[in-house]
Formats: sequence, structure tokens, C-alpha cells
Amino acid sequence: MPAELINKYMREAHLPHIWCPGCGHGILMRDVAQAIEDLGLDQNKICLVSGIGCSSRAAGYMDFNTIHTTHGRAIAFATGIKLARPDMNVIVIAGDGDIAAIGGNHLIHAARRNIDMTVVVFNNDIYGMTGGQFSPTTPTGDFATTAPYGNIDRPFDIAALAEAAGASYTARGTAYHAPLTIKLIKEGIEHKGFSLIECASVCPTYYGRKNKKGGSVELMTWQKENCVMSDKAQHMSKEELEGKLVIGRLSEKDYPEYTEQYKKIIEKARK
Amino acid sequence: MSKRVLMQGNEAVVEGAIAAGMRFYAGYPITPSTEIAEQSSVRLPQVGGTFIQMEDEISSMAAVIGASVAGVKAMTATSGPGFSLKQENIGYACIAEVPCVIVDVQRSGPSTGLPTSPSQGDVMQARWGTHGDHPMIAVSPSSVSECFYKAIRCFNLSEKYRTPVILLMDEIVGHLREGVEIPSVLDVEIINRTVKSSEGHQPYEGDIHEIPGWHLNGGGRYNITGLSHDLSGFPTNSNEITDKLIRRLMGKIEHNADDIIEYEEKYLDDAETVVLCYGGTVRAAMSAVLEARKQGVKVGMFRPVTVWPFPERRLKEISPKVKRIIVAEHNYGQIVLEVERIVKNDCKIDFIGKVDGTVITPAEILKRIKEGK
Ligand SMILES: Cc1ncc(C[n+]2csc(CCOP(=O)(O)OP(=O)(O)O)c2C)c(N)n1
Ligand code: SF4
Repeated sequence: MPAELINKYMREAHLPHIWCPGCGHGILMRDVAQAIEDLGLDQNKICLVSGIGCSSRAAGYMDFNTIHTTHGRAIAFATGIKLARPDMNVIVIAGDGDIAAIGGNHLIHAARRNIDMTVVVFNNDIYGMTGGQFSPTTPTGDFATTAPYGNIDRPFDIAALAEAAGASYTARGTAYHAPLTIKLIKEGIEHKGFSLIECASVCPTYYGRKNKKGGSVELMTWQKENCVMSDKAQHMSKEELEGKLVIGRLSEKDYPEYTEQYKKIIEKARK
Repeated sequence: MSKRVLMQGNEAVVEGAIAAGMRFYAGYPITPSTEIAEQSSVRLPQVGGTFIQMEDEISSMAAVIGASVAGVKAMTATSGPGFSLKQENIGYACIAEVPCVIVDVQRSGPSTGLPTSPSQGDVMQARWGTHGDHPMIAVSPSSVSECFYKAIRCFNLSEKYRTPVILLMDEIVGHLREGVEIPSVLDVEIINRTVKSSEGHQPYEGDIHEIPGWHLNGGGRYNITGLSHDLSGFPTNSNEITDKLIRRLMGKIEHNADDIIEYEEKYLDDAETVVLCYGGTVRAAMSAVLEARKQGVKVGMFRPVTVWPFPERRLKEISPKVKRIIVAEHNYGQIVLEVERIVKNDCKIDFIGKVDGTVITPAEILKRIKEGK
């Protein structure tokens, strides 16, 4: 029940949220809450860490131990929290600019360490909070307030980047595919190691408007019609996948986890 | 009982920090602070703590704040370029009131400068390095033994006033090796933060000795933000609440200046000339003062141990009674500006500043003491 979810996991005194009507971030925040509810986790044992951006405001709305940090640095703060309290479930919520531009270095290094945390990226392909500048995930040719003639940058695939850097679980969901996204976030939280769930969000206010792609409904209809499940995508050619978004679980590996490894260091040092 | 050991300043910092309760260190290697990271990587796991080498200084500062809000005393150390990178998150620790210790072993700048040469060029950066009005405490040791005890003091001040504290070293002190007495039973008090856990508690309310209640012990699920916030820790756009917040942050240091400020004085009773110095310059100054005294010159020394907040009131008592203050520092003139602001026309102010990467010698100070007499 949505109302129960709100009662239990949202700080109602701090609602309504600042997000625009039709923003995808609210749906994704709900998905995070639902995943936690489904897993039956202790609220006091969850630490939600965010950076700066529209997406990062989620931390203040959700009733856990929450910390809204500096732009791009959520994973680095989370690393300190996890090492100080390995018993905590550490979840990071971040935007695409936050995680892949200014925070890109922290993303790849936390993935390389395979430190146990779950990063949920609210990827709207744009900088929402600062008013619609292009981000590292804005597709080439798209428009943004700082790409008035079309974007010449090539976009990152955040999930592939994390996988290549050493993340042991990666997946992609969307604002439209709520049940799937909830399932993926659950898997990510349960996974021991660095997990990243890239969630395609929508920003009708800037991305939609600048690119004449319509409002929230049109942007989510695109998600509905153009996503391919990862197991199906495996059997499709590059040409067939052109213009499609692959969703579902993307990778799962069995790498040693960092805090577990550090426990062994302590044992060695104390001998 | 204590044991006497030969130790380097940087190593003594780690021992002091561990004695103070440091159980987390995050850093990125940089000369001349690297030994602090190396020693922490050896010592922390021995006491059940955690060392992590991060990908840069920005993330090191962030991880330190993260560990501290999770309830563990945490420290990072760096030099020059790395200190610049830490600044944004130091400001975060100021506004969110997160206790932590930042060691800056100063080296010649700006930029990469003379990486292995001594300098005291970060004094103003230590005070104002992060943007916006913010409180700051910076402590400057001048011997290896002080590296040990001042590291403890930095942790104590940060826990007590829930604020980041800078241990402002320089290459001279960081790389100095001398015999120190390490007590087997600590002869100084260790201050630990007060932790609130009750549901419905306002984390930022109460007196300044209380740490914001956000912690991971369960019970109160607090929010921490670098945005302007009210007593509950949630963001606000209110100008009134912001005004109160900034004034309280500044006030908690200003109103407790007497508890925070430490200084050292030598031969001030009859002094006509005073050498004012701090950190790695103190030894040279002291030997110049002793030599001048032998030669019959009435000279003394005043040394701020706490560089920030500056011992303003004490200096203002001294300055009308003396003829001249010689400020000696390894920079183009930073603390001398503070001295000029405080002393005004009470006495003459002289300045010895070095920016070539060499140390100020006792002979140079002695010459100046005798010149102006
Ligand atoms: C160091 C720093 N640089 C720049 C900013 C300004 N800024 C705030 S949010 C943001 C980008 C937000 O975009 P994204 O992370 O994609 O999140 P969204 O708002 O789209 O959810 C920027 C550039 C900042 N707060 N701090
Ligand atoms: S600007 Fe875009 S991302 Fe930000 S709240 Fe509005 S719709 Fe959402």
C-alpha cells in the first residue's frame, strides 16, 4: 500500500518534495522504499547517503539515518561510513552528474574496491538542479542549456563503467518499469559488494523541454516502448539494439568484499 | 612510567592521535606528510581501527567525515595541494558540525612549488580556505613531543566543540627527529563526544558541548546536510534561522576562546623586543633570543600555539608594554597581518619572512633583534 509506505518510510513533515510535477525521481524514491520494505530491513540499520542535485534531495525525505553531502562525494562519504560501521546497510542515491562527472573518480574506485554498498543512480541525462546543462549521460546530438547547438560529447554508460571498474553487481531499471526496478534494487542491497542500479529517470522540465520530447508521459512512454530485457538483448545484434535501452540485471560477479578483506588485515596486524 | 623513544614529528602525530582515540584514517600520499599515512596504515589495524588510502584528498576528507558521523574518531593528513583539495569538505564539517582532525604539513607553494621545502604559507588558508564564514581552530606544534600532545588536543577540541580542527604542522616539525617521552598511561584527559539517541530529539539543540545527535546507534534517525538547516538538521531557506546558525557556529569558538587558545611566553617581564613566531620557527627564534639575552638585550618570545583563534587578547596586553615585535614566519607575511590588526600603533612591528624554501636561521633573527635596538 502506497499510503503505508509513505507513513513508514517518508518524513511527512518534510513533504511536499521540491521536485517538479512529472519528475521521475519521486517514482524512483518510492522504488527504493519498496525494496527496503520487501526486504524487511531495520530502518535504524540503513544509512542513506546522497550528493547534491534534484535526485539527492531524496535523502532528506526518507526516514533513515540520512546524510546529504557535497556534490559528487556521496560514495566517498559512504566509504567512511561503511568502514566505520560495516554492519550498516549503506545506500547511495545520486544523479548522473553527481555520480559520473564530478564524482566519477569515486565511483570507479569504490567499484574497484568492491566495498559493500548499493548505489542507485537517478539518471535523467541532464543536470536538473542547475537548470538543464548537459551531463556525462546526455546523448550526443541532444540539446541542453550549455549545448545550444547540440551536444558533441559522447555519453557514458554508467552501469558498464561501474562493471568495468570492478563493481560486482550492476543493473538497469527505469522510472516506468517500477516492479522490475524494485526487484533490482532489492538484489543490489542483498548483494555483498559494490552494487549499482542505474535507473533511467525523466526530467520533463529541462530535458523534455530542451529536446522537444514532450512531458513526463511522453518521456515514460519512450521508456515503455524502447527497453529490452538484458537476457533478450544477449541474443540481439548491435543493429537491433540501436536506440534501445537494455534493462534488467547486467552483471553479477563474485569478488572479495573490501570490509571483509580489511577484517583480515586487522587479524594479521594483531597477531 | 613512560618510555623514551626517538621519533619523527609525523610519527608522533599518529601516536598522539591513536592515544586520543583515532580509529579511522583516510588519506592520499603527499610529501612531507606521507609518513602519517604510512604509520597509520601500520598502527590502526593493530588497535582495531581502519586505514584507507583513498583516490584523492577530496574523497579522503569525505571518508573522514563519513566515519566520524558513524561514531568513530577520524583523521586525515596532507600537504599543500592536498590541503587545497580538502577545503570544500572541511566547510561541510564546519556547517554540519562533524568532529574530525585535518593535519596539514605545510610545504612551499603555491601549486607544486618546492615540494620538499619548509613553508608556513598555509596559515591564512587554514583560517579561510573553505568558502563562506566559518569557525576554525588550528594548532601549531613546534617539537616532536608537541606533535604527540597537540594531536591529542586537536581531537579533544574537535570532539568538544564538534568542529573540524587543523593540526597545522610544517616540514620542519614533521620531519624533525628527536627523543620523546611516550607515557604508558596517558597523563592528559581524553574528551569524547556526547551522543544523543532519544527519539524526537533535536540534534542541533542544547549547549555547545553536545555533538549533533546524528549517529548510527539506532533510535533517532537524524538528517545531516551542508545546506543551511534548523535545529532538527533539515534544510531551511529561512534567513532568520540561517543567521542564527552562522552566529552560533562562529560564537561557539569565539565565546570559548579562553578554553581553546594556548600560547607560550618567554622572558616577557622586562622585554623591550618580542619575537613572535609559531611552529617550526620557534626553535630558531628561541636560540636567537637566548643568545641576545647573553649579550644583554632585553628580548622575549611570544608564541601562539593555537594559531586560530589567534591569542588576540594576550597580544593586546603585551604590545603596549614593549617597543617592538618582530614577526618571523616562513611566508610572505600572513600572521604579521593579524599582528598589525591587533597591535595597531602600540609598538613597532618588524617582519622576517622567507619564501625561498630555506629555514629562518637563529643568526638571521639575532641580527634583526640587534639591528632595531
Ligand atoms: C562543487 C560543486 N559544483 C557545482 C555545483 C552545482 N550543482 C549542483 S547540482 C549539480 C548537477 C546536478 O545534476 P545531477 O547530478 O545529474 O542531478 P539532478 O539534479 O539532475 O537530479 C550541479 C552542477 C555544486 N553544488 N557543487
Ligand atoms: S528539474 Fe528535472 S530533475 Fe529536477 S525536479 Fe524538475 S523535473 Fe526533476
